[in-house]
Amino acid sequence: MGATWVYAEVTPDGAHPSALELLTKARTLGGEVAAIALGPGATAAAPELGAHGATIVYASDDQVFADQPGRTAAHTLHWLIGQHTPSLILLPGTYEGRDVAGCLQALTGSTLMANATDVESASRARTEIFGGTKIIDVDLAGPEPRLILVRPKSFPPEPGGGTPEIVAVDAVTPSGPTATVVERHAEAASGPKLEEANVVVAGGRGLGGPEPFALLDDLAAAIGGAAVGASRAAVDAGWVPYAYQVGQTGKTVKPEVYIAAGISGALQHVVGMKGAKRIIAINKDADAPILKIADLGVVGDLFEIVPALTEEVRRRASS
Amino acid sequence: MARTRPSVTDPGTRRSGKVGSIRGMNVTVLAKFVPNPTGTPSLGPDNLLIRDAGDGALDPGDEYGLELALQLVEAGGGEVTIVSMGPAEALAGVQRGLAMGAHKGLLVTDPALRGADALVTARVLAAAVARTEYDLVITGAESTDGYTGTMPATLAELLGIASVTAVRKLEPDNDGFRAERQTESGYDVLTSPKPTLITVTAGATEPRYPSLKGIMAAKSKPVDTVSAADLGVTDLASTQTVAAVTDAPAKAGGEIVTGDDAVTRIADLLTEAKVI
Ligand SMILES: Cc1cc2nc3c(=O)[nH]c(=O)nc-3n(C[C@H](O)[C@H](O)[C@H](O)COP(=O)(O)OP(=O)(O)OC[C@H]3O[C@@H](n4cnc5c(N)ncnc54)[C@H](O)[C@@H]3O)c2cc1C
Ligand SMILES: Nc1ncnc2c1ncn2[C@@H]1O[C@H](COP(=O)(O)O)[C@@H](O)[C@H]1O
Repeated sequence: MGATWVYAEVTPDGAHPSALELLTKARTLGGEVAAIALGPGATAAAPELGAHGATIVYASDDQVFADQPGRTAAHTLHWLIGQHTPSLILLPGTYEGRDVAGCLQALTGSTLMANATDVESASRARTEIFGGTKIIDVDLAGPEPRLILVRPKSFPPEPGGGTPEIVAVDAVTPSGPTATVVERHAEAASGPKLEEANVVVAGGRGLGGPEPFALLDDLAAAIGGAAVGASRAAVDAGWVPYAYQVGQTGKTVKPEVYIAAGISGALQHVVGMKGAKRIIAINKDADAPILKIADLGVVGDLFEIVPALTEEVRRRASS
Repeated sequence: MARTRPSVTDPGTRRSGKVGSIRGMNVTVLAKFVPNPTGTPSLGPDNLLIRDAGDGALDPGDEYGLELALQLVEAGGGEVTIVSMGPAEALAGVQRGLAMGAHKGLLVTDPALRGADALVTARVLAAAVARTEYDLVITGAESTDGYTGTMPATLAELLGIASVTAVRKLEPDNDGFRAERQTESGYDVLTSPKPTLITVTAGATEPRYPSLKGIMAAKSKPVDTVSAADLGVTDLASTQTVAAVTDAPAKAGGEIVTGDDAVTRIADLLTEAKVI
């Protein structure tokens, strides 16, 4: 098959983990692998992208990609596609990946598959529906390059590459009106990143308000290296910021242990955490769906269990 | 050095929607009719989602944007138009939007659109939106049944207008808009000219319930029903087909505990996992 390109999200802090995951997969498909890195941090991230399998990195550090998100990257990709005709482009299933892919599809008229969990070739990929209970293999047709948006954490990143050739590209700014970023605000919690933490302690509507999240903070601190997450119900209610959300529309996590307190286990929550090695659920309703996927299900009141557990963890840690 | 290239379509022809109004702001809201939004949907023998089982409803994810649209025109004047593509039953979704306060509706329904892929859907919806008057186009961030989340960006590019996705707050600002966009780590503020397309996140507003008066008034509001051919979209071939459907291996049930043991069992498991 022809070349596989990976749209590599980058920031001045480095490559987004999804870029390394997608490159690891792209290496297995046969054909040349290139990464497209657009925005501040691109050139600096190139060695890491090469180490994960990109033989060429098309890079631009231009600030315009960060200030006019989505469209500028899509138009630049479209221009590059015209020069090099790849067969397949893998993009991360993030907000940025979706925007770039959606806009690019309008420019190329090629097929765009979203929510892929595995990729076989430019003509076949896999997705899971209904909370991961059904696996669907999809045949893709139409003009190349085919576009596939892959769910985060579908493949473990593994180094296996070398030093890439870096090709500098110019930003292609689309004609017509474009939205522009004028301010940036961070809301993420301090402590380990949700997607990288060994243990995730997540709370849902069962917490009843913002204050009880302090109980989860205490438990996470007692465990050490744990991050606090939430269901969408808790985020929509404004109890914690969106950066905490786990699930289809939030983050995908694969920790050693996931503790769900006061979360029912809706399909859209489960797709974001079912990859955890061990799942512990605390729910007062013995029929809650989360208990069916838990390795250890506790039927009881989180307001009694969580503080007692924090005590017990502290006791074991100090003995 | 930045290179400027024209878009695939000429800006003069692609923005066929009648943009702008003298007073207030016109908003076109996309609203999808989805099967069984709160339960588990099912697949038919053709491996397509069953969309006409009689348990469908307006996508709850579209109500946040509709509420925002209603608030904007209530504050500044203008009209809200609902655009939807779906089976004939989808009229019920359009009517719910009208009952909430939208002024008119446009429903694209056509048996040939069953199983339409993302690109066909975007082309059809672009042709439909182009028939409405808009300063602002609002969609959900992702549909409850399809959840690709890419259709809006495709639509904006086909319409040749600016777009901001994942918006949690929007205000009119000079001649355009000021939007708060959710990001992985917080939020960005963007400014965008008129017309703009935005996608609105769940929870951004608190959608109203239709009042009895609203439900009565909805019956006399205008709704146009058109086919794909009426909109001039003829290439409806899907580029994606389901090759196989298999059941994921079921997870073996775990241990369920209650009462006094619970805390010790959890702590034991954390110890086993070597995380404490
Ligand atoms: C398109 C789309 C995308 C979505 N994306 C996401 C997503 O990314 N993430 C996500 O989480 N959801 C998502 N959802 C929403 C999802 O469908 C559910 O509505 C949501 O996950 C429910 O959150 P919850 O479990 O906290 O609340 P609920 O379902 O209300 O469950 C609360 C649970 O708490 C238990 N409880 C109450 N009090 C106590 C107590 N004292 N002790 C112990 N247990 C108690 C109850 O028994 C219940 O099981 C999405 C939905 C749609 C349509
Ligand atoms: N058939 C449709 N009719 C009306 N709006 C739609 C349709 N499909 C998608 N949309 C809009 O596009 C958004 C994103 O959809 P999706 O790309 O399917 O996740 C939805 O929230 C809707 O607002």
